[in-house]
Amino acid sequence: MAEAKVKYDRQLRIWGEQGQAALEKASICLLNCGPTGSETLKNLVLGGVGSITVVDGSKVEVGDLGNNFMVDESSVGRSKAKCVCSFLQELNDAVKAKFIEEYPQALIVTNPSFFSQFTLIVATQLEEDSMIKLDRICREANVMLIFARSYGLTGFVRVSVKEHTVIESKPDHFLDDLRLNNPWPGLKSFAESIDLTVADPVAHKHIPKVVILVNMASEWANSHDGKLPSTRQEKQEFKELLKSRMIAMDEENYKEALESSFNVFAPRGISSDLQLIIDDSAAELHCGSSDFWVMVAALKEFIANEGGGEVPLEGSIPDMTSSTEHYVNLQKIYHAKAEADFLVMEQRVRNLLKKTGRDSASIPKHTIKSFCRNARKLKVCRYRPIEEEFNSPSLTELQKYLTDEDYSVAVGFYILLRAVDRFAANYNSFPGVFDGGMDEDISRLKMTVVGLLNDLGCNGQTLTEDLISEMCRFGAAELHAVAAFIGGITSQEVIKLITKQFVPMLGTFIFNGIDHKSQLLFL
Amino acid sequence: MADSATSRSRDLDKLLLRPGNLVGPSFEPGPELRDDLRDYARVLVVGAGGLGCELLKDLALSGFKNLDVIDMDRIEVTNLNRQFLFRLEDVGKPKAEVAAKRVMERVNGVNIVPHFCRIEDKELDFYNDFNIIVLGLDSIEARSYINAVACSFLEYNVDDTPREETIKPMVDGGTEGFKGHARVILPGITPCFECTIWLFPPQVKFPLCTLAETPRTAAHCIEYAHLIKWDEVHSGKAFDPDDPEHMQWVYKEAVKRAELFGIPGVTYSLTQGVVKNIIPAIASTNAIISAACALETLKIASGCSKTLSNYLTYNGVEGLHIKATEFVRNKDCLVCGPGVLIELDTAVTLRKFIDMLEEHPRLLLSKASVTHRGKNLYMQAPPVLEEMTRSNLSLPLFDLMGKVSRDVVHVAGLSSMDNKKASSMRKLRVAFKGVPDGVTDMDMAGGA
Repeated sequence: MAEAKVKYDRQLRIWGEQGQAALEKASICLLNCGPTGSETLKNLVLGGVGSITVVDGSKVEVGDLGNNFMVDESSVGRSKAKCVCSFLQELNDAVKAKFIEEYPQALIVTNPSFFSQFTLIVATQLEEDSMIKLDRICREANVMLIFARSYGLTGFVRVSVKEHTVIESKPDHFLDDLRLNNPWPGLKSFAESIDLTVADPVAHKHIPKVVILVNMASEWANSHDGKLPSTRQEKQEFKELLKSRMIAMDEENYKEALESSFNVFAPRGISSDLQLIIDDSAAELHCGSSDFWVMVAALKEFIANEGGGEVPLEGSIPDMTSSTEHYVNLQKIYHAKAEADFLVMEQRVRNLLKKTGRDSASIPKHTIKSFCRNARKLKVCRYRPIEEEFNSPSLTELQKYLTDEDYSVAVGFYILLRAVDRFAANYNSFPGVFDGGMDEDISRLKMTVVGLLNDLGCNGQTLTEDLISEMCRFGAAELHAVAAFIGGITSQEVIKLITKQFVPMLGTFIFNGIDHKSQLLFL
Repeated sequence: MADSATSRSRDLDKLLLRPGNLVGPSFEPGPELRDDLRDYARVLVVGAGGLGCELLKDLALSGFKNLDVIDMDRIEVTNLNRQFLFRLEDVGKPKAEVAAKRVMERVNGVNIVPHFCRIEDKELDFYNDFNIIVLGLDSIEARSYINAVACSFLEYNVDDTPREETIKPMVDGGTEGFKGHARVILPGITPCFECTIWLFPPQVKFPLCTLAETPRTAAHCIEYAHLIKWDEVHSGKAFDPDDPEHMQWVYKEAVKRAELFGIPGVTYSLTQGVVKNIIPAIASTNAIISAACALETLKIASGCSKTLSNYLTYNGVEGLHIKATEFVRNKDCLVCGPGVLIELDTAVTLRKFIDMLEEHPRLLLSKASVTHRGKNLYMQAPPVLEEMTRSNLSLPLFDLMGKVSRDVVHVAGLSSMDNKKASSMRKLRVAFKGVPDGVTDMDMAGGA
C-alpha cells in the first residue's frame, strides 16, 4: 500500500486519494483492441483502474505488429484480446485484467445485458450502426460510454452519457472568493480593527490587501451615498485614492491591493453559468434526484435566503503580503464564515432529503462541504444520444462549420468519417483499402458524401476533392502515432469521467493530423 | 505491393506509398521512401522519461529503425505510473538502457542505442549525426542546451538565408498535469527555443525575508527549513533531496515552524513537492504529446503530410482545448540567428579572444571553450583536452582559423546573462580586419 502511494505519487498530486479510490473501484470494458483501444487502456492500467475487460474476436495478423505495441511476433495467429490483455497485465499487477474473444459488434446484438456490469465502456473502431445500438444499451443501463476512432490522419473521440455532474471541476484560473464587494460583518469589523494610518512603516507595509481594500471601499462608500465605484472614472479615482495612502514606493501590499481592486468593483451575486444550473429543471427534486441535484436545490434556497444572493463562502484565501499574525487571523475569519455557511447548507440538504423521502444522513458531511467550497465552480455536462446527432445534427452549426476556414477541414473529416461507414455498408470495404481501383473509390466516396450531406439537410453541398482523395489515400489505416494520440485523449476523458474531477469535453472531437487544426464540433 | 496487406507496414504503407494533394513539398511516395526511412533516417530521442518512453515506442512503430536515446537518470518507483517501459524490478537501473531494451524486445528489427550520460558529455559531432532530434525533457536548461547544439550546425548564406542542408530539425514536447505542448523547430526557418523563451516564465521564488520573518503558508515553512534552517544546523553539509533522511528532517523542522506560527497544511508529500519542485505527471498527457511529436517527426522525415506550424498546445483541464499557433522568429536571436559578428585584428591571440567574450555585452561568456569547424581550438575540460589545446592560447586566432577572412566559430561556457549563470553555447561570426575575402572563405564558397 505504501509502495502504491509512492508509485502513484505524481498523479495523486493531481486527483488526490479520492480520485485514485474512484479509479481503483472502476471496471472498464474495451471494445476492439487495435492500437487505439490498446493505447487507451495502457494509460488507464498505468494509472491503476480496478479492472479491465478486453473484448475482441480477431486474431493477430502480421500487419498488427506494425502498429500495435501490445502484440509481438509470437502473437501472430493468436487471439488479439488475449495477447493485448497479457501485456497490459504486465504493466500493473494491481489491475484485474480479463479478455473475451468475441466480436463487439456481435456481442452488442446477442448479449446487450453484458455491458451493464461495467463502470464505463471504451468503444473503439466501431461502425455507425453498432455505435447507435451500443449507445442505446448504455444509456438504458446507466453505463458511461466513450467512442474513439483512428482513421488515417484523422479520427474522433465522443463521450456519451446522459448527464455528468462535477463538484470538483478544479479550473486553472478562478477568481478568489474574497467578498471585497460585499464583506460580511465579521470581515468588516476585523478590517476596521486595523489602522491603515499606522505610523510604523514596517507595520504599514504588512497590512494585508484584503484589509486595505475593505476599509478603503467603506471609506469610499461613506462619501458616495453608500455606493461602490462603478464608472470608469470612479474606478480610476478609487485607485488614485489607494495610491495616495502609500507611504513608501516598495509597499508590496499596496501594489497587490491595486491589482486586486477590481474585486471591489465586481458585481455582486452569482455567475450566469451557476444561474443556469440552479434554474435547471433537475433542481426541482423528486424521489430519484441525485445527490448533486439535492445539493443544488439546497444551494438555490441558500442563495435566496441566508446567502443574500451569494453562494456559501469558499473559505480559503490566497497568499498575500502580510504579517504572519494578520494573515493567520484573516484565514480564521474566512474559515469561520465558510463553516457557518456550510452548517446552514447542511441543514437545508438534510431537510430536502427528508422531504423527498430519503434518509436525511444519506449524503455524507464531507460531500456537502466539498460542494459548498466548490459552489461557484459546479459543472453539468449533457450529451445528445448518438442516434439523434447522426440523424438530425444541428443544421445551423453544421452550416457554420462548413463555411468557417478554421473548421472546414475538421467538419470535412466529420462528414467523411461517417461517409466511409456508409461506403463500407454499400461496397463491403472501406474506400482505398486495396491499391487497385483508387479512382473508382474516390468517385464513389464523393457520391456518398453528397448523399450524406443531402440527408443532413445540406442540399447540393460537397467537400473539396483534395480532402475526399486524402480520405481514400488513408485506406482505413490505423497509424500508431494517430492511435496513440486518440487513445491518449480518450484515456484522459475517461479519467475525468471516473474521478468526477475536472471537466470532460463536450461535443465531438475531430482530430486533424494534417495541420493540427483539430476541433470540437457541437452537432 | 501485393504483399502490403500482409506486411508489417500494412497501415504505414497507405501514407508512404500513395500520392496525395495535402502533403509536404518534398513528398516522393513509393517503396523507396519507406525503405529509406527504415534504413537511413537516424533519430535521437533526448530523455527516456515519461515522454521518452512513449516517443521510442511511437517512433519504432512509425517506420523508423535507427534510434538513439540519451538520459542520465536511473529508474525510480515514482516513474512507474507513466513510464510504461519500466517495471518494479528495474528500479535503480539506467532509464535509457532499459527503455531501449524493452522496445527492441517488442518491435522486431528496430535498433536503439542507449546513452546513459549527461547531454553535455557528448561531442557536437554526436548530435550532428542525426537527421532529427526529438526532445522529451522536463527542464528549460536542457532544452536550451540541445537547442543551442542543433542551432550551432546552422550555416547562413551571404544573404542571411539559412543553408538548407545545415538545418537540424527538432521536435519538442513538454507536459505538466493535464496540459502540454508539442512544437516543431526548424532552425533558421521557425522560431527556435530561445526565440520564444518567454513562453517559459521563470519559477517564482519566495523572498528570503518572507521565509525568515513573515511566513504565511505551509510552503513558506518548508522553504525556511530547506533553505535557511538546514544550513544553520548542518554547517557545510549539502542538502540532498534524494536522501529520505534529509527530507524527513526538513519536514519535521517545517512542522515545528508551522506550529510556532499557527500555519496549517505542512505534509510530507507537500514538503517533497516544494523542495524537489515536483511537476505532477500522468500517462495520458504524455501519450498525447509524444504521439503528436512522433507524428511530426514522421512528417518531417517523409513529407507524407503538412508539418505543424509550429506550436501545438493541449489543455484538458476544462473540456478539451487544442490549438496550433504560428510563432515568429526573433531575427536577432543569438542562438539561431546568423551569429554575433566580432571583428578582430589578425594579431589577436586565442587567449585575448576568450577574455573578450567575458566582456562582450551580448555574450558575457566566461570559461569559454572554442571550436572551429569541428576542431577544438581550446577546451576547458576534460584535463587531457585542456592540456592538448593549451598551447593554442598564445597563438593568433587568425592563424588557428586557417587565415580566412571570416568564418563561424562556436564557443561554449558559462553565460551570466540576466544575473543567472548557465552553461550555454554561442555561435560567433568572426571577421578579420584588413583581410580581403578570398577563395579560402568557406562560407562565401558555399553561398556562391
